[in-house]
Amino acid sequence: MVNETIKLESKNLNFYYGETQALFNINLQIPKNRVTALIGPSGCGKSTFLRMYNRMNDIIPGTHHKGSILIDSDDIYLEKGSMDIVSLRKKVGMVFQKSNPFPKSIWENIAYGPKIHGIKDNTKLEAIVEKSLRGSALWEEVSDRLHQNAFGLSGGQQQRLCIARALAVEPEILLMDEPASALDPKSTTRIENLIRELRENYTIVIVTHNMQQAARISYYTAFFYEGKLIEFGETEKIFTKPDQQQTEDYITGRFG
Amino acid sequence: MPKKEKVITWVLRLITYSIVVIIGTILFNIVKNGLPVLSWEFLSQPPRRSGAEGGILPAIIGTIYLVSGAIIVAIPLGMATSIYLTEYASQDRFNRYVRLSIITLAGVPSIVFGLFGLGLFVIFFGFGASILSGSLTLAFMILPTIIVSSEEALRAVPLSLREGSLALGATRWQTIYKNVLPYALPGMFTGSILGVGRAAGETAPILLTAAAFFLPKLPTSIFDQVMALPYHLYILATQHPEVHKVLPKQYGTALVLVLLVLTFNLTAIFLRGHFRKKYKW
Ligand SMILES: Nc1ncnc2c1ncn2[C@@H]1O[C@H](COP(=O)(O)OP(=O)(O)O)[C@@H](O)[C@H]1O
Ligand SMILES: [Mg+2]
Repeated sequence: MVNETIKLESKNLNFYYGETQALFNINLQIPKNRVTALIGPSGCGKSTFLRMYNRMNDIIPGTHHKGSILIDSDDIYLEKGSMDIVSLRKKVGMVFQKSNPFPKSIWENIAYGPKIHGIKDNTKLEAIVEKSLRGSALWEEVSDRLHQNAFGLSGGQQQRLCIARALAVEPEILLMDEPASALDPKSTTRIENLIRELRENYTIVIVTHNMQQAARISYYTAFFYEGKLIEFGETEKIFTKPDQQQTEDYITGRFG
Repeated sequence: MPKKEKVITWVLRLITYSIVVIIGTILFNIVKNGLPVLSWEFLSQPPRRSGAEGGILPAIIGTIYLVSGAIIVAIPLGMATSIYLTEYASQDRFNRYVRLSIITLAGVPSIVFGLFGLGLFVIFFGFGASILSGSLTLAFMILPTIIVSSEEALRAVPLSLREGSLALGATRWQTIYKNVLPYALPGMFTGSILGVGRAAGETAPILLTAAAFFLPKLPTSIFDQVMALPYHLYILATQHPEVHKVLPKQYGTALVLVLLVLTFNLTAIFLRGHFRKKYKW
């Protein structure tokens, strides 16, 4: 990690669902404007870890954490920090595993975020909608039916709509939790191509259970096992000569 | 199909059909005997000679007033409570008891609400027997039903929609207001209307708080007593000096009441069907 600017950082992070600890003392630095993949067997804490960065775990009752999460060196959990939860989530967009378009028109889906953040001017909103849809490579397909319900879109289009919706509030960071796991191969390829385009301008953290996918799109990879970060490094290295035996076992398919 | 399965299917079917037949018979009886009485005069005239002659206009108007009052009070209160309980309240022991109490209240006999209204609104607050007291009593009676059905409607909105909104930086209230309530409202209204239908038909809660036996003139303020359809029916059927002579009037009143409640319920069913088509996930 020479010459990388650190965008996201977790320090001695422990996380608990009630009594059950899900994350164990995680220290990780995620570089700016790169794609970082989180891999590991199901239940190892990838989603939990991802949701720390936009404080999405806050809404689950009975959870708590120890340690800290920094974004641009600001502690995001600090009560009197420079970042309240609204500006945090504006800065850190999220795309969920199961696409969750709102039961509104395509246009309303995209304009939802900007409106919340105070943009009322219709011409401005129009421009944002177009820009976001172009940004998620969906514009060509839907420009003639912006005012139809988003539920009419195919699964892959719905997920790209959710990406566009996240882009509309101009985040710097995109968290993606297995964004293509429910999609067919063709839609998956489109999402992967999209991620390759987005990585120029965004810091992307993506959870995936698909190791080929991680290899195809990410620059860095973090391997998790049973709530612990086992290994982090350049994807190429992780996939060719990992330092840890556990990583190698997982990569070569010996478990998981 | 094995023989045993067939027998069970038939037994269940038989039970269902007999219930339909029983209800059908009751309704048929009411319609058959009530329809001849139904006339413009019956609907638009006040009663004369303690209801033996004339119409039931004051009772219709009274019931409409009482029910409208109950709606105005109960729907906002019930919706606010259900929003608090589903979206804000933590799932701790205290709130579980609150919820349990509300469900229990839904099963409390209506006469108990009547006595409660008598004690609180009529006597303690000094509203007397009036539209106000009656409406408030009915409101409290249907409140649990409204809360429970509104909660169900809110819970039916998937968590993923709330998460999606919060993740964009929306506050909790923005999320509820823009991305939960719009989808839950139809369900909330449906449940509420069913509760309202119940309020229209109840006698016990208004017996002690609002209803007048015979009051041919229409109310002019919310502190007036009123006649009401279910109470009028009760009086004609059991308290009237010439019970047999007023039999046709009883059927007529019953038919009007049934039609009124039916209208409420059909509206609810129609709304539910309409909005179900609109929002699916
Ligand atoms: N809402 C929750 N409540 C309690 N335990 C949870 C919750 N979500 C996840 N867990 C537990 O935390 C662990 C990590 O889960 P998760 O982060 O979803 O793993 P992954 O995304 O790697 O499959 C698992 O053991 C899971 O059962
Ligand atoms: Mg997961």
